Amino acid sequence: MTTHYLVLSALLFAIGGVGVLVRRNAIVVFMCVELMLNACNLAFVTFARQNGNLDGQVIAFFVMIVAAAEVVIGLAIIVTIFRTRRSASVDDASLLKY
Amino acid sequence: MPWLSILMGVSVLGALGVTLVRNDKLAKQFTLGVSLVVLALAIAMAVGFNPNGDKFQFVEKYVWIRSFGVHYAVGVDGIALVLILLSVVLVPIVVLASWHDAEAGKRSVRTYFSLLLVLEAMMIGVFAATDVFLFYVFFEAMLIPMYFMIGSYGGAQRSYAAVKFLLYSLFGGLLMLVAVIALYSIADKHTFMFSDLIGTIQDVNTQKWLFLGFFIAFAIKAPLWPFHTWLPDAAAQAPAGAAVLLVGVLDKVGTYGMLRFCLELFPDAAKYFTPLVITLSVIGIVYGAIVAIGQTDMKRLIAYTSVSHFGFIAMGVFAMTTNAGAGATLYMVNHGFSTGALFLIAGFLIHRRGSQYIADYGGVQKVAPVLAGTFLVAGLSSLSLPGLSTFVSEFMVLVGTYQRYLVPAIIATTGVVLAAIYVLWMYQRTMNGPTAESVKKLPDLSVREKWVIAPLLALLLVFGFYPKPLLDMIHPAVKSTLTTVQVSDPAAVVPVAKEAQ
Amino acid sequence: MEPAEIIQHSGGVIGASWLMIALPLLGAAILLLGGRRTDRFGHLLGVAMSVAAFVVAALAFFQLLGFAPGERRRGVSLYDLIPGITKIGLLVDPLSISFCLLITFVGSLIHIYSIGYMAHDPARRRFFAYLNLFVAAMLLLVLADNYLGLYVGWEGVGLASYLLIGFWQHKPSAATAAKKAFIVNRVGDFGLAIGIFTIFATFHSVSYAGVADGIAKGGSIPFTAIGLLLLLGACGKSAQLPLQSWLLDAMEGPTPVSALIHAATMVTAGVYLVVRSGPIFQATDTAQLVVTIVGVATLLAGAIIGTAKDDIKKALAGSTMSQIGYMMLAAGIGPAGYAFAIAHLITHGFFKADMFLGAGSVMHAMNDEVDMRKYGGLRKLMPITFVTFFIGYLAIIGFPLLSGYFTKDGIIETAVEHNAILGWLAVLGAGITGFYMSRLVFMTFFGKKRWEADAHPHESPAVMTWPLIILSVGAVVLGAFLVLGNRFMIFLAPAVGRPEELPSFAPFSPTGLVTLALVAVGAGFAWVRYGSAEVPAVAPRGSFLTTFARRDLYGDALNEALFMRPGQWLTRLAVFFDNRGIDGLVNSLAALIGGTSGRMRKVQTGFVRSYALSIFVGAAVLVGAWFVVGNL
Repeated sequence: MTTHYLVLSALLFAIGGVGVLVRRNAIVVFMCVELMLNACNLAFVTFARQNGNLDGQVIAFFVMIVAAAEVVIGLAIIVTIFRTRRSASVDDASLLKY
Repeated sequence: MPWLSILMGVSVLGALGVTLVRNDKLAKQFTLGVSLVVLALAIAMAVGFNPNGDKFQFVEKYVWIRSFGVHYAVGVDGIALVLILLSVVLVPIVVLASWHDAEAGKRSVRTYFSLLLVLEAMMIGVFAATDVFLFYVFFEAMLIPMYFMIGSYGGAQRSYAAVKFLLYSLFGGLLMLVAVIALYSIADKHTFMFSDLIGTIQDVNTQKWLFLGFFIAFAIKAPLWPFHTWLPDAAAQAPAGAAVLLVGVLDKVGTYGMLRFCLELFPDAAKYFTPLVITLSVIGIVYGAIVAIGQTDMKRLIAYTSVSHFGFIAMGVFAMTTNAGAGATLYMVNHGFSTGALFLIAGFLIHRRGSQYIADYGGVQKVAPVLAGTFLVAGLSSLSLPGLSTFVSEFMVLVGTYQRYLVPAIIATTGVVLAAIYVLWMYQRTMNGPTAESVKKLPDLSVREKWVIAPLLALLLVFGFYPKPLLDMIHPAVKSTLTTVQVSDPAAVVPVAKEAQ
Repeated sequence: MEPAEIIQHSGGVIGASWLMIALPLLGAAILLLGGRRTDRFGHLLGVAMSVAAFVVAALAFFQLLGFAPGERRRGVSLYDLIPGITKIGLLVDPLSISFCLLITFVGSLIHIYSIGYMAHDPARRRFFAYLNLFVAAMLLLVLADNYLGLYVGWEGVGLASYLLIGFWQHKPSAATAAKKAFIVNRVGDFGLAIGIFTIFATFHSVSYAGVADGIAKGGSIPFTAIGLLLLLGACGKSAQLPLQSWLLDAMEGPTPVSALIHAATMVTAGVYLVVRSGPIFQATDTAQLVVTIVGVATLLAGAIIGTAKDDIKKALAGSTMSQIGYMMLAAGIGPAGYAFAIAHLITHGFFKADMFLGAGSVMHAMNDEVDMRKYGGLRKLMPITFVTFFIGYLAIIGFPLLSGYFTKDGIIETAVEHNAILGWLAVLGAGITGFYMSRLVFMTFFGKKRWEADAHPHESPAVMTWPLIILSVGAVVLGAFLVLGNRFMIFLAPAVGRPEELPSFAPFSPTGLVTLALVAVGAGFAWVRYGSAEVPAVAPRGSFLTTFARRDLYGDALNEALFMRPGQWLTRLAVFFDNRGIDGLVNSLAALIGGTSGRMRKVQTGFVRSYALSIFVGAAVLVGAWFVVGNL
């Protein structure tokens, strides 16, 4: 019964993962990350349902809160980078290296 | 009264206070005052110490991290007490000696003196800790103030020396951390208290691994041959005062740790590794002395003499006789005074002339007789001249070792000849002969400098003729250690009447 | 006859005999710590402390005489020196009190002499401080009731000797000689220290009483090892072969120092050690034999060196070595020789100090010239110096009825009886003594003037001549006083024992006659070569043998080839090994880690997506591994 939800979750996770790897635009990468997080949430909720306890639901809430915080900071960084460099490409922001 | 916490507390509060003082001169005076108060308190504490009472006295024990059984637990036996006394005696002397040391660079003078007091608190803590975890914390934390004292206020190659010192010590410290955690989990007593951990490791193989974890850390700290090469760099680059605390006290934590932890926690492993340790010590004694003879830099020379001296101490610890053990403990104290005096006087000399190289001196005796005289006495204490306290300890170590290990003791005794060569040759090259042009205007010791040296030389002399007060504190502690290890002194071949002894 | 038991004593002068050590020590402390403030009266304080020690010693001596001979070993306990190892106390017995009297009496005379000799030296106060320090340490050496106390005094006199040889430290030669003396002595101390360790390991006691007690009980005691180790110590301090090389260089010190330390007292400490350790040596024939061989070898070596030296002090130093060789020989013989060894030690203390101070007086008059080839004909200008020196000379060559005649001939007679070969070698040594001492006297006081142009010899002031006179009186009478009627042997017996049968003094025994004849031949030969004949101002090249003697029998060359050069080489090697080997290993380990991390960090490209890819790959590998492991 819950298998479909899990397959959907895996599908969403894979789409998000591929998006993170292949897209250059920071906003899109960001959205893909959110997609992966939500794929995980779906899996958590599904497992909570399957096992009949609330642990998975609680963790899903935690993930949401973390994701929200991440959005706030991440978007702020992206906007700042876009302002200074006139580009939202993640490949252009490669100064932080060895 | 929680004496030990008070001692540490006064030092830490003093360190904070120094940073608040606005005026550099006032800060120095304040530091000196704090260190003297600590000294007075420590002496008051020592007077209340009963050598024949409980093993650990002035005990305090509070739970620190309940879930791991970590305690803030302090207490001293005779061995720890004399080493704490050594530390608190040296700190005011170092403060007075470093009066102008921190001014040369761009760093804050107040920070230097504040670091000194922080270090003092940690030195007291490391000797007083009766919880293995607490000991480890102090053991590692002591590196921090010393790192900054070398790295920020040292000589030309200070950062190389400071990093080498830090990394070398950290490496040993991490091995010890592994051993500490393993000890905790294998003993399975849910506590880090030293006294509860004694005798918990029965399996000899486990003991051996844990012993090595502790021992390598201590061998690096001490430093024992062949882990010694950080010492000459660190001591030569550190300001004279920091060098005194580094070699005089910090390194003693290594030999103290061997005596306290390696022996009592892992008696079977200690016995198993004794031949190895004694061999390393004997090599260190002879090798350190020979390399010292070949040095051209005064401070490096003194550092290498210490490598030789630490060989004597480690040998005494592992000979496991009462005389050798008590001698080794006394050696730790005396070496602090003796090498401290040597480093400080060499520091005064270097400060005047601006060179560490022996070849840049000559005939200083003519222009600065008091400086030369004190240098000679300090040097004589380094070669263990009878009448100076270093002789008592070296004699005890050698005679105690000889009782059990004949050949190593004989080889180690050649150290007395080599010591005469390195000390007197250095003295001759710097102080004797025609006065070199560059030192013709050298001023003699100032009043401040005389006050720095006088207490050290006085202590060396007094304990040279009357070491009983120190030995009375040390003896019961060493005997109790040897009882834990379950060794007894070799008997006399021909026992003689008691009154004839 | 065995030595007597030690009786614990308190009260009286003997109970306060620690004052003998404390007073000069106090003097040294005041003079060293007081600094220039004490310049004005420093020399007087030094003399006063030394004389005070003599007074205490004399009073203690008379108190000791008040006891029956069997009760003359008095132990005075002081305090617990090293708990667990030994207490310290003093042992006042005939042996130690004889030394105390010698040290403090000759010491005081030399203190007084030094007032004049060092009058123009700006550091005279320091000189007296060191002399006081020496007296204190030497008294501790002889008074201590255990080997550890002896060792403290032993190294203490070594320190004083170091300070005094290097007193004129601005001269590199003096500084080097001082260092050499200390280091060579340390080689001896190495032996002494291990000897003491062995004693402690055997008896768990280092006191003389404890050792005697242990020996009486019996058991497997390593007598020979202890004896040879103690002998090594004795060789260092007493400049016996093979550790003799420092003594000749030690003449760099001011002459009063040479007289006090390097002739009369300190260098005889080795003899004291051997005699004091009699119970150990008597139990081992091997060690005793080695002692006598060392003694004979040194007495010949010293005499040979003495024949070739033009430096008056070095010639006397060779003579000192040689005379201590005689004492060592006697000390190795056992109870039959002890009394003669110590008696000769005492008379030698007088006549050798007398001659050294005489030599100092000559040097004082000749602008510190020491080359005897630049002396000559001084007897008329320096009559007191000459007469006193001549008496010392007669005493040392064993002229009948003077001191040396009794004490040295006593040694030779005993030695011939003990071991004919060694004994006759000692006789030969006496003949050489006759030659080199005569040579010295003739070159200095007789013949033509060979002075430097600016020399204006004159007699020394009274403060210097009176000690000479007193010492020469001792050189005349002491030998007869001590030896006739076996007075000294009987006095010393409670401390060191004596043979059951007392020797009888036979004037002009066959051995004695041969000795005298040989001495006469030596002296006559010296007269032919240096008395009646012209002495060349520059030393002739001489034969191979002369060079051999001049270069101290190649002792220094040997030390240099065997120890110094290999030692320097070893030092350089060790320093190189430390810097490049051990530290090189440490640093290359650090470099390896640094280099590896330098390469590894290239992975951090800065491209976020490649990080993401590596995370995915890592996750995939982990999951894959889990599947594989899970399926196994």
